Formats: sequence, C-alpha cells, structure tokens
Amino acid sequence: MSDVSFVRTEMLPEQAPPGSEVGVIGWLRHNLFSSWINGILTVLSLYAIYYVLAGILPWVFLSVWNAGSLTECREIMNATWGGTHGHACWGVINERWLQLLFGFYPSYLYGRPILALVLLLLALTPILFNMISRRMNWFLLALAFFVTAMLMDASIFVWILRIGFAAATLFIGYQLVTLSGSDRAEQIAQGAKRLPNPLMFTAVYPFLMPWLMWGGTIWPPICAALGFVIGFVVLRFGKDHMSELVTMIAAVAAAVIWWLVLSGYVSDGLSSVLPIGIEAVESRKFGGFMIAILLGVVAIGASLPIGVVLALGRQSDLVIVKALCVGFIEFIRGVPLITLLFVASLLLNIFMPPGTNFDIILRVMIMMTLFSAAYMAEVIRGGLAALPRGQYEGADSLGLDYWQAQRLIIMPQALKVSIPGIVSTFIGIFKDTTLVSIIGLFDVIGLASAIRADTSWNGIYWELFAFIAFLFFIVCFSMSRYSMYLERKLQTGHR
Amino acid sequence: MTILTDPPKESFRLSMLLYDTRYRSATIQVIAMFAFMLLAAWLINNAIINLNTLGKPISFGFLSDTAGYDINQRLLDYDSQDSHIRAALMGLLNTLVVAVLGCITATIVGVFVGVMRLSNNWLIARIMTVYVETFRNVPVLLWIILAMAILIETLPMPRAFKGDTPTATMDLFNTVAVTNRGVYIPEPLFSRSLGDIHVLGDMALRFNISMDLVAFLIVLGLSIFGMRKVTARANAIQEETGDRPKTWHVLLGLLFGPTLVLMIVLGFHLGYPELKGFNFKGGIHMRNSLIALWLALSLYTAAFIAEIVRAGILAISTGQSEAASALGMRSSRTMRLVILPQALRVIIPPMISNYLNLTKNSSLAIAVGYMDITGTLGGITMNQTGRELECVMMLMAVYLVISLSISGVMNWYNNSVKLVER
Repeated sequence: MSDVSFVRTEMLPEQAPPGSEVGVIGWLRHNLFSSWINGILTVLSLYAIYYVLAGILPWVFLSVWNAGSLTECREIMNATWGGTHGHACWGVINERWLQLLFGFYPSYLYGRPILALVLLLLALTPILFNMISRRMNWFLLALAFFVTAMLMDASIFVWILRIGFAAATLFIGYQLVTLSGSDRAEQIAQGAKRLPNPLMFTAVYPFLMPWLMWGGTIWPPICAALGFVIGFVVLRFGKDHMSELVTMIAAVAAAVIWWLVLSGYVSDGLSSVLPIGIEAVESRKFGGFMIAILLGVVAIGASLPIGVVLALGRQSDLVIVKALCVGFIEFIRGVPLITLLFVASLLLNIFMPPGTNFDIILRVMIMMTLFSAAYMAEVIRGGLAALPRGQYEGADSLGLDYWQAQRLIIMPQALKVSIPGIVSTFIGIFKDTTLVSIIGLFDVIGLASAIRADTSWNGIYWELFAFIAFLFFIVCFSMSRYSMYLERKLQTGHR
Repeated sequence: MTILTDPPKESFRLSMLLYDTRYRSATIQVIAMFAFMLLAAWLINNAIINLNTLGKPISFGFLSDTAGYDINQRLLDYDSQDSHIRAALMGLLNTLVVAVLGCITATIVGVFVGVMRLSNNWLIARIMTVYVETFRNVPVLLWIILAMAILIETLPMPRAFKGDTPTATMDLFNTVAVTNRGVYIPEPLFSRSLGDIHVLGDMALRFNISMDLVAFLIVLGLSIFGMRKVTARANAIQEETGDRPKTWHVLLGLLFGPTLVLMIVLGFHLGYPELKGFNFKGGIHMRNSLIALWLALSLYTAAFIAEIVRAGILAISTGQSEAASALGMRSSRTMRLVILPQALRVIIPPMISNYLNLTKNSSLAIAVGYMDITGTLGGITMNQTGRELECVMMLMAVYLVISLSISGVMNWYNNSVKLVER
C-alpha cells in the first residue's frame, strides 16, 4: 500500500478575476466593445455625440447676451468671432424673458402669479411628499406669507400681517429647531395636540389662486367657497333629522341653489359695501408660460375627479348612465383638442343663454378639463379592469356598500396601478396647453411668433424655441421622474 | 298543528324607489336620463335663439358656394372656383396623406429606436433614451413650428440653384431639389399611358382614376396570388417528403418580373424637376408645410412608439426564448414563431392608439399653413362664411369617423389575437 493519492486534499485559493473582466476595462468590454459590431457602433456613436456637442456647446456658450436686435447681435458676433454662424443670440431671451413667462400681465403685479405658484407648490407638498412633517409644512407656509407681507407696500394693515406672520414663522421655526422629530412624535403619542392638517390649505388654494391671478374683490372666491361650507353644514346637521340619502340630496341642492341664485347677489352686495380686494387684471393680459401652468394645473386638478366618476360610470351596471359616459368619452377622445378649442372660442357663447359672455380663459379651461377628463377616465378604467374580480367579491362579502367598496378597496388599488398612465396624461395635457396659441391666446408659442414677426428680431428661431422647449422639458421631465418615484414608493412587492 | 301563512304580500311603496336597491338603480337612471335631456334641450334651445338673433339659422347650403381660395398642396384637381365641399375634400385627403406618411415613418423610426434602447451597447442605449425623453417632453406644436422655421430659414432659395456658379446644387444625382419653398422629387410618367377615367363628371366629389395605377395594382395582385400558390405547393411538398424545394428565386421573379414588364410596356420614365425662371417646374412638389408637419409628427410619435416597442419586448419573459431553443428552434424561427406573435399582442393596441393620436395631431397643420381639413373646413371656409357651428360640427364628425374606424380595426384585431382562456 502506498499513500499516494491522486485527489487534491486542500482547496486552491480563490483567484482574482482576470483584469479584463473587472473595473473600468471590464465594464468597457461588456458594455461598449462586446463584439466587433458593438465596437463599430460605439465608435460611430462617440463620433455622433462629438459632432452634436461640437455644434451645440459653442452655440450655447459662445453667445451674445446683450443686444437689442438681431442685426446688433450679428454685428457683435462678427466683431468677436469673425462670423455669425454657430453662435446663439440670447439677447432676445434676455430682452423678452419676462414677457415669455408672464405675457402682458402688468409688470408691477408679477409678484401675484409668483406667489400663486409658490403657494401651489406648498399646497401640493402634503399630497406629493408624505415624509415632510406638518410642522415643516406650516412653517414654509407661514414663511411664504411673511415674505409676501414684507414685499407689500406698507400700511397699518400690512404691518399687522407682517407681525402676525413673523410671529407664526418664528414660533413654528423655534419648535422645529428645538424639538426633534422623534421627540415630537413622543409628545403626540402622549396626547399633545397636533397641528391642523396642512391639507386644509390645499382645500383653500383653489379659491385663493383665481383671486391672486385675476384680482378684484375678495368676495367672489369667498362666496364660491361658502357654497361648499353650506353643503357641508346641511350634511352635518341634517343627518339628525333626515335619512342619509335625503340629507345628501338636500346638501347638494342647497349648495347649487346658493351658487346659481344667491351667491351672485351676495358677492355683488358685499363688494359694493366692503370693497376689500386687489387690483383686477383682465384675461387678455394673461399670457406666456404662466398660461400653460394655469391651464395645466386647472385641467389636471379638475380632470382627475371627473375622470374617476366617468370611469366608474363606464364600468357601472346602469345602462343609461353607462351609455352617457361611453358616448362622452368616445366623442371627446375621437376629436382633436383643437376642434374643442374652436368650440371654446367660437361656439360656447352660442350654447349659453343670450347675453352671457364669459371669459375666454375660463372657456378654454372648461374645454381642456373635459378633454383631459375623458382621457383620464380611460386610464382609470384600465386600472379598474386590471383588478382581479376577487377584490370586488371580497368587498361585497365584507358587506361594504358600493361607495365604501370603491373608496376603501377598489380605487386605492386601481389608482395605484394606473399611476404611470395618469401622469403621462398629465404631461400630455400640460403640453397640449400650447394649442391655445392657435385660437389667439398669447401663450409662449404665440408670443414667440409675435417676437419673430417683430422687425428687430425677424429671422430668429433657434434661441426662442430652445428656451421654450427647455421650460416644458423641465416641467414634464420632473413630472415623469416623480411618477417613477411614486411607483417605487407604492410598490407592495407582489406584482 | 301548524298554521301556514303566506308571507305578507309585498306592496310597492313610493319610498322603495329610493331605498330598495332593486328600484334605486332605475330611479337613478331615469333621473340621469331626464337631466341629460334637460341639459341637451337647454343647450339646443339657447343655440336656436342665439343663431336666430344672429340671423344665421343652421344650414349647410354654403358648402356648394364658390370657395374662392387656393389650396397649394393637393391630390386631386381643384381651383378657387370650386365649391367649399370640394375644398374640404382636398383638406381631408391632405389630412390622410400626412397621417399615412407620418404613421409609416414614425413606425420605422420608433421600432428602430425602441430596439436600440435595449441594445447591450451602453452608449447607444443612452443616446436613444436622450432622443425619447427630448421628444416626449416637449409639445408637438413646438416641434412642428421649429421644423417649419428650420426649413424656411436654412434651406437655399430656388434662386441659389441659378446661374453659372450656383451656391446650391440638387441632391441624389441631380434628381431632388431641396429648397426653402419645398422639396421637388421626380414623378413617374408613362409615355404610352392608358389614360384616366373621370368619375362623377363635374360634381364636387369628382376624381380621376389613373388606368396605369389600376394596371399596376392588378398585376401586383396577380403576382401575390401566384406567390401564395408557389408557397402553398412548397408547403405541400415539405409535408409529404420532408424536403422544402427552393422557392426564393421563383418568388422574387414573380414579385418583380410582371411589374417590370408592365413598366416597359407603358413606357415608364421619371420626370425630373427643372429650374425654370425663379422656380422649379416638373416633378412632385412637396411643400415645406407638409414636410415640416410630416417630420415633426413622425419624430414626436416615434418617441412614444419606441417606448411601446421596448415595453412589448421586455414583456416577453426570457423563459419563452429558452423554451424555444430547448425545442431545438433556430433563433430566426424563435423570433418569428415565439417572440414576435406574443410581443405584437402587447405592442399593437397602443401602437394603433398612437397612430390615432398622430392623425388627430395632424390638425395642428393649421399652425404652419398646411391645408388639411382643419385648415380648409375649420380655417378659411369657416372664416369666409361665418358658419362656425356647421363647420366645427362637420370637422368633428370627420375626425370622429376617422377615429372610430381606426378603433374599430383595433377592436377587431384585439379580438382576433385575444388569448382564449378557460
């Protein structure tokens, strides 16, 4: 017997992977040069990228910022670089950017649309980002109001506002600094009173925004809001005396009567007795990118609830309701938006009682809202269809009625599934707001055409369109990234 | 002893209309119907009162009046003495032209970009992502106007082609002239033409049928019929013997041979654009407005189609291709028989709805002055006659018919490829 063994008894040590498989070289080999075709493609695309960047970068950065006309621009270019080719003339943006953003809105009132935008973002924060605490929300709001008050012309009333908001900002800010989030959570757990929900401000915002944009006395928005308050009061106190359904009907009826019959007189009366308000701005002075944001926000905000109702109507067992919803959705989706805008600009007054003449922007808003609602309804219907039947049956077996089942079981899941579709509808609507330039509103594209027709800027186009495209790209791209973030956040693991 | 009693007879009470779920739905529907009819009646009543006050009750008589305006890009013969309805027809055909051209280009670019976005070449995938995000996130109207501006401002005037030392030359062996007034491409001509048939004589909807085109279609139809026969025979032989006879040369010959013979018989030649005076004559003139619209719409829609194609390919799990290769299929057959049929089921419905969007977006032609149906019926005709209600109604009806027929096709397709489950 010999102790010769032909089998290795100890393991070989692990070797490092070959140098060509790891690190930068490995990455390059795998992703850029995995085969000779890929290598050629890589070289070609590198050349293409170089070609594009070599055209764009000098154009953007070796450019003229201060010039009053295209000829002046070209003179400066000739003097500096000996040629006009390949250099941007940002002078046009430098001179007109405020107009491109605000249209003909009076320049001393620019603060109002800006405040409306800031408040919009603050009103949206509690909806969009739930990791921001209530204290933080209220602090930012108080700060925004304080800054606004500081920027207003001083009067006794404004001084009271300044002091009030300064106190609120300091108070909440002091708490925010001294009391950490976990301590605050403990306090709340022990029964400390929480700050009110910042969604309260979100609910107020739809009434605040038109007032800030159009100005006038404060009474019309307050009266509009009062309709909801009246409905709510009837709902709250009617329950004790009447059955639920009758209360519901009574609440809606009371609100509608208030809006249609009473609120006009009340707001007119109050406006003449107590003319508290800010300078009014006519709709025809609205323009620029502001109009895109205004129309986009209104259409997006209003179309989601209408879309949900339409989608439910389309899925419902009630034949007539279903037929009405299907007819509406298919009609709106079958015609281009531009024809609906023709209706808004030319025909809507024909369908109203003789003598009514309401604002063009309001008419466009209505049409854009209806348009986006139809698309939204289809997206949400897709979400509803994606839910397994078991969810409906589960809700039924728990004894939930239709609205409870929709609110607690169906809609949360259906909306979650349809987030990508909803957000791409939002983006589509926002982009479609540019169509108003065709019916004669001066949005960015309308203004760009006007600037191009101006004698001093005749012949300029890249700079203007690049600026406009940049504005839209920022907004749309951030919306699509937010939807991806939301999808990841709401991902429950089992798909 | 048991006493059997009938359950108390249910009598109908008025409150059951609200509280009994059996009747409540009927109540809701009746109320909804009533409210809808009330609303419609109110709107129509208002419209009638308003139109009577304005002195223009609804009538479509204006359609047969003389249009009085010219349409520079058109498929059929038309002059300014023709009626509004013929102008609208020209517009409709122009809409269809740009829609079809746009759909074809958008599909080609979109499929290319979508596949390339999945490339394992990191750089190419990134470039395609940049393309998709740039085009998707900027309004299509901006792309259309930008394309128009570029075409007008950067291309040479027809004048530049003139003289002994022209600053611009024609492209593609002197056959295509790209100018800032549009692109001139060669046109097919026949020296022994079969002539045209005039249909509908002198009416508004008259059109000509080119007998040459008909002859080509017939020959092409016969060729395809023959090709199918050859393939069927090859299949039968393969079933019987296991060997498939070579057919590709027969198929190629059948496809091109008869057409070539017909071309020679009819004396086919190309008519090239030529510079006469300050402009090009001859050839087919594609106006800048058409090219700008076509280019912008197809590049914009291609970005969406690329995303659809990518999603469709990603939706097929790798298990499918692995299973196919386990069955011993070659990669080309795997693609044709396993991957594509499944991917197409995911891809085609959203693709068609994007074609629909492209067609509806072509109404933005009005921004660059391309005379589509929105530019004729909803533009000049409406402004000239002041018949807003009638024009917008007709415009909507036209688009509705187009959309509903496309979605009809989509539903038919969806049903035909639907997975049949238990």
